[in-house]
Amino acid sequence: MSFIDKIKNLIKPSVFEDVFVAELVAALSPERVRFDATERFLHSHDSSVFDEGNAGPICFPITTREVQTIMRISEKHGRSIVARGAGTGLAGGAIPLGAPVVVVMTKMNKILEIDIDNRVAWVEPGVINLDLSRYLQPFGFHFAPDPSSQQVCTIGGNVANNSGGPHCLAYGVTDAHVLALEIVLPDGEVATIGGLDPEPVGFDLRGAFIGSEGTLGIATKIAVRITKNPPTVRTLLLSFSSMRAAAETVSAVIAAGIVPAAMEVMDQRITIAVESFVGAGYPTDAAAVLLVEVEGLVDGVQIDASNIREIGFKHGATDVRVAETDNERELLWKGRKTAFGAIAQIAPDYYLHDTVVPRSALADVLEKVNEVAERYDLIVMNVFHAGDGNLHPLLLFDAREEGMLEKVHAAGAEIMRISLDAGGVLSGEHGIGIEKQAYMDELFTTEDLNHQNRLRYAFDPQCRSNPGKILPAGHSCADIQSLKNVPQGVWG
Amino acid sequence: MKATLKIDTVLNRFAEAVGPSLPIAIEGNRTRWGLNGLLKPGTSVISAPSGLVEYKPEEMIVTVRAGTTVQELDTCLADHRQRTSLPDRGGTVGGAIAVGHNDLHKLGKGSVRDAVLQLRYVSAEGKVITCGGPVVKNVTGFNLHKLMVGSFGTLGFIAEVTLRTNPTPLRQLWIQTSMDPKIIFDTLQRPSAILWDGTTTWVHLEGHPPDVDAQYALLTKSGKVYESETGPSLPAHRWSIPPVDIFSLEKTLMGRFVASIGVGTVWAEQPQEERKLDRATLTITERMKKQFDPTSRLNPGRNLGNWS
Ligand SMILES: Cc1cc2nc3c(=O)[nH]c(=O)nc-3n(C[C@@H](O)[C@@H](O)[C@H](O)COP(=O)(O)OP(=O)(O)OC[C@H]3O[C@@H](n4cnc5c(N)ncnc54)[C@H](O)[C@@H]3O)c2cc1C
Ligand SMILES: Cc1cc2nc3c(=O)[nH]c(=O)nc-3n(C[C@H](O)[C@H](O)[C@H](O)COP(=O)(O)OP(=O)(O)OC[C@H]3O[C@@H](n4cnc5c(N)ncnc54)[C@H](O)[C@@H]3O)c2cc1C
Repeated sequence: MSFIDKIKNLIKPSVFEDVFVAELVAALSPERVRFDATERFLHSHDSSVFDEGNAGPICFPITTREVQTIMRISEKHGRSIVARGAGTGLAGGAIPLGAPVVVVMTKMNKILEIDIDNRVAWVEPGVINLDLSRYLQPFGFHFAPDPSSQQVCTIGGNVANNSGGPHCLAYGVTDAHVLALEIVLPDGEVATIGGLDPEPVGFDLRGAFIGSEGTLGIATKIAVRITKNPPTVRTLLLSFSSMRAAAETVSAVIAAGIVPAAMEVMDQRITIAVESFVGAGYPTDAAAVLLVEVEGLVDGVQIDASNIREIGFKHGATDVRVAETDNERELLWKGRKTAFGAIAQIAPDYYLHDTVVPRSALADVLEKVNEVAERYDLIVMNVFHAGDGNLHPLLLFDAREEGMLEKVHAAGAEIMRISLDAGGVLSGEHGIGIEKQAYMDELFTTEDLNHQNRLRYAFDPQCRSNPGKILPAGHSCADIQSLKNVPQGVWG
Repeated sequence: MKATLKIDTVLNRFAEAVGPSLPIAIEGNRTRWGLNGLLKPGTSVISAPSGLVEYKPEEMIVTVRAGTTVQELDTCLADHRQRTSLPDRGGTVGGAIAVGHNDLHKLGKGSVRDAVLQLRYVSAEGKVITCGGPVVKNVTGFNLHKLMVGSFGTLGFIAEVTLRTNPTPLRQLWIQTSMDPKIIFDTLQRPSAILWDGTTTWVHLEGHPPDVDAQYALLTKSGKVYESETGPSLPAHRWSIPPVDIFSLEKTLMGRFVASIGVGTVWAEQPQEERKLDRATLTITERMKKQFDPTSRLNPGRNLGNWS
């Protein structure tokens, strides 16, 4: 029996559920507490391939105080909670285990304050990533983390998953852009962690919270750093006749001391899919394309661009094109960012992996990934943040085929091992969630994980916030305890 | 497959020195020894191992023992025209991370907390713990390595760290002017430091030579600008405030000061008033200390919360 099956078995129906729900309704409002089967079903999934979720009542708070009340009522009833943003997570982070209250943060979606002088914006967690950058555009600023899902994902979700994006190569991932957080702890207390000053007093609890996948409490206000738009941007498109040549160009650029704003690679299969989806102008006859963006002051941009061009040709680029107009540039990025949408046109299902390897190992690792896909008779496509060594092998399949999902998982496990063997880590941006828990002890010792658990306890001693995530079974026994607490009731 | 711990004899010996019981403290070069409370008298003091473990310039990462001085690290990186965000004020790598104060050139170099990719520390039980990962991008589990930055050795003793390095810009230049620092901050694209003492502004420019020249030329358009050998000398006490507060703060509270514009660090003759944590944050802080060091044996006397 899998860990997940065990958890499911712990959930028993309850007759006290009505009282619990009634208290939540009284605290919020009837429209903002849902418990019908459809809503529960909808909120039992995120964008991952896992479907083990089991949602309790679903709440849509609009204030910090309401989040506090939800926490307190849940604590009184010994129930856990799980925060949810847009549900675009790919590791199962927002999947409710043990019928917790699902706290959907999308109605807390106000941009509270833009403080240009301090280069800070205060936002509620439900603000959509791209909406903030759009709002900042007239001021000449933007929010640097730009996940491909930025049209829908929330900044709260970005914080919880420490999300990245193509332009995080030079600017850093979400963690480098969050200054302070207002959080509601599982006992209902509110803490403000971090600060607008550069060296806030005390432990860096802000740094501990970011990337904790909703297990330390719920973020209700976020102070993000806003970044000045660069005066000059240049986008280069390099074509290669082999993936190895593209990957080697990427490490050669970094080794030459150039840190572009972005370096993204797409293989031929995905390039063809993207082209037929948006017609962005990518060459469909290249084995791999490398999209590089450099930005800054005009002369430096010119120097970097011509150096990159030279490095590209030296490593076997067959063509180097510079986007001549903003429109051309935007189209290329649109192509890159809708790559996953393009895939949906081809295959009924896909499993998007996320590992990180040293940049110099990229070429070898990609070859091994292809071997794995071949051995399992799966189609693999690669579109990834090459500059960071962040791989995203995408396995296409049809889940209706007998035994297919098992095959996909087995191939995925091999890909993870290949990455770890190359000196990499389990996830670059999607997180561990429930997807990679079982692999955590390949990277960390029991003692290391025990210390991670201690950090968790300091925020959430009862392990009621998003239980059953990140740490593998055995390291989070208290999580399982809190899952057991589900009283007899209507939830199955 | 289980994680195989590549803990070498150096780390093991350090862990043995820390041991599982009795109060113990750790020192770097004692350049920031007095911060966050005085060490309990009579506590035995050890230091972290030193030396370079591995440097991969083409990956832009370096692994060093915590007792290595920042100066030694810088010298080694300079061979490949690289640098980290750690400040060199005569201290050790472990000390710089345990303290967490940023370099003067934070706008250009980035912050200390962003430099730490992987970290190994010895716990209060005398065990070597690994956290983070040796690559530039990573969301794999809880961020213990972030927690250790600025924790003053109260949660664990830092033994070894893997840091992100960056290319050192080709041209660097200090300039001096009496122009309004706010205007300078808004005008320049990416200065690496803007320092202001209430009258004079020092600007550190860096980057590709033509970019530095262009920024310099841009400033000369709006006022008189001079090249300068160095930046200003810095008063002893360090303040941390929201960046724009420097323009409204009562300057008599600070005495002579030098403020880092756009950052919020201020060096002043007078110390900053004690900054307080809110109640819930204090509770988390105390629980954190209890979790990692239940008997308060690590650096006894140093206190980042209100623990006993
Ligand atoms: C002449 C001089 C002038 C200076 N001027 C300034 C100035 O103007 N402004 C300024 O901001 N700073 C200044 N500094 C301070 C600065 O140098 C330090 O910042 C340095 O980085 C701290 O390192 P250290 O090795 O000396 O640490 P130490 O002072 O030895 O230790 C600092 C703290 O870190 C802990 N610690 C040390 N090593 C470890 C470890 N491995 N693991 C866990 N905890 C550890 C210690 O227990 C202690 O609590 C100055 C220093 C000198 C010598
Ligand atoms: C097509 C596609 C492309 C993607 N591209 C990228 C990419 O380029 N880079 C990248 O990093 N990710 C990417 N993702 C993954 C995903 O979009 C990100 O992880 C995103 O940040 C999740 O945001 P969300 O609002 O959807 O969060 P959810 O999926 O709703 O939740 C994610 C996690 O955050 C927690 N959480 C949500 N809100 C809060 C809060 N207020 N307080 C505390 N915890 C909270 C949840 O409990 C959960 O653990 C992609 C996903 C898809 C489907």
